[in-house]
Amino acid sequence: MSHACMCSSPNEEELYPLVDQVIEKYRGNPKELITVLHRIQKLFDYLPRQALEKVSDGLGMSLNEIHGVASFYSFFSMVPKGRHSIKVCLGTACYVKGGQKIVEHLEKKLAVHVGGTTQDRRFSLDEVRCIGACGLAPAVLVNDDVYAKVEPDKVEEILSKYE
Amino acid sequence: MKSWRAQVLVCAGAGCVSSGCAGVYNAIVEKIKEHGLSEEVRVIETGCLGSCNMGPLALVNPEGILYMKLTPADAGDIVLQHLVQGQPVERLMYKDPATGKAIAKMEDIDFFKLQQKIVLRNCGLIDPKNIDDYLERDGYKALEKVLLNMSPEEVIETLINSGLRGRGGAGFPTGLKWKFTHQAAKTPKYVVCNADEGDPGAFMDRSVIEGDPHSVLEAMAIAGYTIGANQGYVYIRAEYPLAIERLTWAIDQARERNYLGKNIFGSGFDFDINIKIGAGAFVCGEETALLASIEGKRGEPRPRPPFPAVEGLFGCPTLINNVETYANIPAIILNGADWFARFGTEKSKGTKVFALAGSIENTGLVEVPMGTPLYDLVYKIGGGLKKDKKFKAAQTGGPSGGCIPEKYINIPVDYESLAQIGAIVGSGGLIITDEDTCIVDFARFFMEFTQNESCGKCPPCRIGTKRILEILIRITQGRGKEEDLDRLRELCYNIKDTALCGLGQTAPNPVLTTLKYFEDEYLEHIRDKRCRANVCKRLTKKAGVKISN
Ligand SMILES: Cc1cc2nc3c(=O)[nH]c(=O)nc-3n(C[C@H](O)[C@H](O)[C@H](O)COP(=O)(O)O)c2cc1C
Ligand code: SF4
Ligand code: FES
Ligand code: FES
Repeated sequence: MSHACMCSSPNEEELYPLVDQVIEKYRGNPKELITVLHRIQKLFDYLPRQALEKVSDGLGMSLNEIHGVASFYSFFSMVPKGRHSIKVCLGTACYVKGGQKIVEHLEKKLAVHVGGTTQDRRFSLDEVRCIGACGLAPAVLVNDDVYAKVEPDKVEEILSKYE
Repeated sequence: MKSWRAQVLVCAGAGCVSSGCAGVYNAIVEKIKEHGLSEEVRVIETGCLGSCNMGPLALVNPEGILYMKLTPADAGDIVLQHLVQGQPVERLMYKDPATGKAIAKMEDIDFFKLQQKIVLRNCGLIDPKNIDDYLERDGYKALEKVLLNMSPEEVIETLINSGLRGRGGAGFPTGLKWKFTHQAAKTPKYVVCNADEGDPGAFMDRSVIEGDPHSVLEAMAIAGYTIGANQGYVYIRAEYPLAIERLTWAIDQARERNYLGKNIFGSGFDFDINIKIGAGAFVCGEETALLASIEGKRGEPRPRPPFPAVEGLFGCPTLINNVETYANIPAIILNGADWFARFGTEKSKGTKVFALAGSIENTGLVEVPMGTPLYDLVYKIGGGLKKDKKFKAAQTGGPSGGCIPEKYINIPVDYESLAQIGAIVGSGGLIITDEDTCIVDFARFFMEFTQNESCGKCPPCRIGTKRILEILIRITQGRGKEEDLDRLRELCYNIKDTALCGLGQTAPNPVLTTLKYFEDEYLEHIRDKRCRANVCKRLTKKAGVKISN
């Protein structure tokens, strides 16, 4: 459940040598762009512009091309996210079992809309389409932890585990 | 291998992980140690056993006794009573809903009794992290047989005769696809496994990879030999971290033992597999989009032909099959085409795995012969609807599928029968809805999904789905007009005929089937401003004006 905060800039600076290592491995190989973006997002929890500029140099592609690919995939984010990511499943099984109510509840509770991040950067709230726990719908993913059969009144307890 | 007096198999599929199986596993291991049984009793973590809503689960072999809804506190009884004293623990067993009596053996519980497991033959029964478990159940024997004793033509003939069809949705004959890719002249060639599993409400492929990853790797190597490829890729969605981890492990182990790598079984054949991780675009499940994504590009579909068998990954001939399709193949090679063709119907051979979800008692993963009546899936295996709820529709095939009304509850579930009523088998999501689901809102839900996921490349899909969605939203808000229904149908047929890829071509299905079977509910929304399921917030639940039938 530990999920260190990586979004404030002092920490970010320290990560750039790691970015260089990733890029070195795939230098001049645009076919590996998505792999590289995954690695970078893993480091920062989003794709900082400065890192993408390095990717552009390293893989030999324009920043424009990179943006075109990154923006196509919903997994990638160009803006910093909260320390913890909440993803409410709105796949069919979860929809049928009231996933929408969980979303509405969380929106109220955290005072953010889907896609947003709380002011204190503690949580980001997003929807996902199925995390494969359909038998135990509705499901909510917090970072990598799956919560099954979530009821609106269980939400508070779940959130309290993440600082 | 070491022989054990007993084995405790704790399900560690993603469903049971979320129900807390890790604590149960640790507690059992601890108790076994306490009682000095560590050398006699083996405790392992397996993949999904299927009955996820009964989790956390433990199966004790050799007796085959299943314990459900476990907590760490139950470990003491299982170890002391069952494993030490030989007295199975009745209070932790499944109870027959009709009689209330405990059923000890897994195989006697209806949910398991009526299934036929080919794809899931190892799921829940082996430790997916241990290649020896797979080997003990004839793992990599099919690859050995193919490499040492069969020609590519013989493999293709076996697959054609088995009647296996692609399980990723379209149902194309697998043997023919292998034949075309085999015949393509250009080299190099590639083998790709589609593990994108984008249909919301479906988790068959995830469970196969989490529970029995080697079966997929073995089949891909067989495919490589057959079509003449030395490199394979598994394209798997990023939302499945556990599956990615287990697959990575499995590939490493297979390389170590030389089931992947150079000169496999001394046959001179080389084959290796790499993982490519998706990034959250549903359309990337479509084969041409998937290949573009492996190449590091935006996952946009392109027109076919040329088919991937001729011009696929990096412009080279590529065989692309679904996870479940592959998982069938080692069993077919070992048991023969005739054995496989005995299951299923005339044109739909073998079994199909379904993910049962929604308003049903037993949710989880089940595998049944093709052609099994929908009734058996819902009522016999699924245990019927949740208490006091009335069946409304069975939704198959996700956003490209249809809603089956109660009047077809006895329909055999196979490619042909479902196509006849406008639904599809699809990848295997089977979601049961009750009277609390508003059919118009359900159609809106799917249309919103496809509209969100449309890659935007062709106007019929990009604009058409948007128009449909607007009309559906209007109806759910009580602003619909009767002409809207004809307008919807017209838009639907238009998109079906003109969209470039399967996403657009099938997007209208949920709307068309609900219009066909539940038109009265649409009309209630439009004429009476009434939503009988009480889902559409601006409408009333009670009938205002009675509609004439
Ligand atoms: C929009 C769309 C999404 C698809 N998603 C998947 C998927 O998630 N998994 C899959 O195996 N096939 C999917 N398919 C089908 C593939 O294009 C392809 O037919 C399949 O992978 C072939 O394998 P098979 O013959 O073994 O079924 C999808 C098709 C479309 C049009
Ligand atoms: S049908 Fe839809 S998803 Fe497919 S290519 Fe056209 S716009 Fe893209
Ligand atoms: S639909 Fe929510 S987990 Fe599958
Ligand atoms: S995950 Fe344990 S039974 Fe499905």
